[in-house]
Amino acid sequence: MNTADQYLKAIYLVQQIEDGPASTGAVAEQLDVSPASANEMIGKLESRGMCNHEKYNGVDLTDEGIGRAREALQQYCIIERFLLEVLDVEAFRAEATQLEPVIDETVAERLDTIINRAPQCPDCFAHEEDVCSLLAHEHDLADAD
Amino acid sequence: MSVGISLASDHQLARLLQIGVVLEEVAEARAAKHASESSDIDAEVRELLESAAEESAAHSDRLGTLVDELDAEIVGFDEVERLVEQQYEADETFDGVLYDQLCNEETAYKFYDDLLTAIESSEVQFSIDRDRLLGVLRDVRADEEEGVAAVTELMDRDPNRNRGRL
Repeated sequence: MNTADQYLKAIYLVQQIEDGPASTGAVAEQLDVSPASANEMIGKLESRGMCNHEKYNGVDLTDEGIGRAREALQQYCIIERFLLEVLDVEAFRAEATQLEPVIDETVAERLDTIINRAPQCPDCFAHEEDVCSLLAHEHDLADAD
Repeated sequence: MSVGISLASDHQLARLLQIGVVLEEVAEARAAKHASESSDIDAEVRELLESAAEESAAHSDRLGTLVDELDAEIVGFDEVERLVEQQYEADETFDGVLYDQLCNEETAYKFYDDLLTAIESSEVQFSIDRDRLLGVLRDVRADEEEGVAAVTELMDRDPNRNRGRL
């Protein structure tokens, strides 16, 4: 996933959590980058029509930005689910975050052919917990067994 | 989260190689399934698919050796084949065996290309020999590039011959 898509996904998630525009600081924190770096990339995304940025109000994704962000979030969900279901990785959230920049969209689509992802993805993503709520539920059930 | 491609440890490298093995196993399983079950493909297409399945198996072995040296394990082919079979039944969007094979080759090429970029831009000293690692990945990437060319050539020669469905 390229850097722009990682930013769009991060802004989308922060907006879901804050239920409004995302502050630059929160986006920077989500991505573990400096506020200056976040500001620079947000400026680029704004020039591409992906978001609107008002200095004291925060960042608001446009419809196009939301579409791209949701696709990026789906890719992240695929990586998380693949790591847990196929490779049996316990720390699948942390590893998905680490691997996200190296896994291209086409690769994620191929991995998607062997996992059980719900049709409503990414609406089932639990933003605060950084995991698909269905996957977490299935995992808990598996643990209970 | 770290923005941008980088590899920081043996663990991350092993994980990506494991993913490479799974991609090869998916490619092998799908190509072999198409070759054995598609009724309306000609001998040339069947031969290409059988050869591609063999090549994917060889790639899995080469990557698997590296994974083993990094003290990690791979997912067995039987397990991946089962997953492919399970999900395949529900796949309604399948559109031609050559197109599917092209996806196999292109996806693998992109994966190895990104992995090579990540390794080349990393300063981490991995516990396996860097030159050998890069050599294996470059060989495999070159095979995938040739695979893309071979499938494309076949598709271009007769655009209607690739519509075999299971």
